[in-house]
Amino acid sequence: MSSIELRSVSRWYGNVVAINDITMTMGPGVTGLLGPNGAGKSTLLHLISGFLEPSRGELTVGGAASWRNPDVYRTLGLVPERPAVYPFLTGLEFVRATARLHKLPGPDRAAERSIAIVEMAAAQDRKIATYSKGMRQRIKVAAALVHDPEVLLLDEPFNGMDPRQRLHMMDLLETLGDEGRTILFSSHILEEVERLSGTIQVIVAGRLAASGDFRAIRRLMTSRPHVFLVRTSDDRRLGAALIGRPSVTGVEMSSRGLQVKASDYGAFSREIAGLTREHGIQLRELLPEDESLERVFAYLVEQ
Amino acid sequence: MLSVQARTVASITLRATMGRRRALLFALPPLILVLVTVLLKAAHAERADWPSLILGGFGLAVVLPLTALIIGTSVLGAEIDDGSVVHLLATPVPRSTVILSKFAVATGLTMLFAAVPEFLAGLIATGGPSRLAVGVLAGALAGSVIYNALFVMMSVLTTRAIAVGLLYLLVWESLLSNVVSGVRVLSAEQYSLGIANSIARDGNLNAHLGVATAAVMGAVVTVIALGLAVRRLGAFSLKGDAV
Repeated sequence: MSSIELRSVSRWYGNVVAINDITMTMGPGVTGLLGPNGAGKSTLLHLISGFLEPSRGELTVGGAASWRNPDVYRTLGLVPERPAVYPFLTGLEFVRATARLHKLPGPDRAAERSIAIVEMAAAQDRKIATYSKGMRQRIKVAAALVHDPEVLLLDEPFNGMDPRQRLHMMDLLETLGDEGRTILFSSHILEEVERLSGTIQVIVAGRLAASGDFRAIRRLMTSRPHVFLVRTSDDRRLGAALIGRPSVTGVEMSSRGLQVKASDYGAFSREIAGLTREHGIQLRELLPEDESLERVFAYLVEQ
Repeated sequence: MLSVQARTVASITLRATMGRRRALLFALPPLILVLVTVLLKAAHAERADWPSLILGGFGLAVVLPLTALIIGTSVLGAEIDDGSVVHLLATPVPRSTVILSKFAVATGLTMLFAAVPEFLAGLIATGGPSRLAVGVLAGALAGSVIYNALFVMMSVLTTRAIAVGLLYLLVWESLLSNVVSGVRVLSAEQYSLGIANSIARDGNLNAHLGVATAAVMGAVVTVIALGLAVRRLGAFSLKGDAV
């Protein structure tokens, strides 16, 4: 069984620290690597996949160091983020060539099996140049799976996919995880990670900000104070009514409308509509003010 | 017997190289060489020694290195540029197999697109299989090997391989090796000229090295360049997030 292990791994470029002293272990099942853009997710995946040398620390995949060790790819499959694939090959040719590079005994059979897994058989004889972004992503997954690896790394696998393709890819990763493979994928979108993985690793500014069961981390995320911007026909009257509610911890009048601090995201969202109706106030706009992932991550780091 | 990995790398490389518009680009210099030779032949050029000037000064000194530069820097360089090389490197293929297969394809193509036209031009210029024609063919074949080792190495060492390669050709080979005699011992152009001259025995080829020196140095440079390329490819790194 193959696991990914990092012990105090750091990576820096000159004075810039991209990955800062990360220790973690990932075993069978699906693990999501979550973090805002530029947090170091790709750097971390490149380190794990042997395409970057750790500046410090120890990193092993299935017990072997991945840097300068092409043999690690016998148990490791990588789906890189960049969409570049040989455009002049057909999907089948690409996956079969990958099977040959792995020296598999039956490259044709392996390619066929792998293409079937990602449901690309219908398009396998078309040139990759004619594929949509989602199809390219799937054929890349087929190539990464052709040697039946125990560890699969995917860098932003859902980028550029439409909702249907996204669901299909999620199901696929789930199945692969259930089969006992170690699946690690990166994403900057909370919902993708939520839908897919039981365990997540949150990376912010090169550090491991949170790690473990998704539900626990999700609770941390939803129970944090939220700020909403509310615009109504009568801001002042609504403000007075809101401040009496236990879910609201602060109200401030501003030129843009009412700024409401809520301690409980769910309770506030449920109450606001009834409250305006009750007072005959017209609700014109309700905007979450701090929903950017960066804020969520910043909050997690503080915890 | 070539391994299945080597054959796969070579076949993808061949398709990638010939499929690009660059294929037209590297067919251009040899075409010009043959055309100029035909024109000179038809015009009954005044100087009797024009064949060796054209075949040496233009064929071996310009057409061959330029063709090798375009091909040698693209067989691996293009994949590194667009990132598709990751698909190749995320497999257990020995890095030496990658470099040697790419190098073999580049050398073969350069022989086809530069050495063969050079021989053809030699045949036209001298009116048959002369010593000069065979000599420049031998020089061009050897040059295809040496230049491509250098240019494949450059494409792994730097993302600006074409610029570095051009600088090498223009500054080192064309300028310095004509002024500083010591530089000639380290010039791929002189290796191919030396080998060509050992058969052609023509002073106009401007060869400054004996065949033994040219062959040995050419082999040494080729082995070192390929060794460096393998070493560097083994440490191929991807850039991380925009930090």
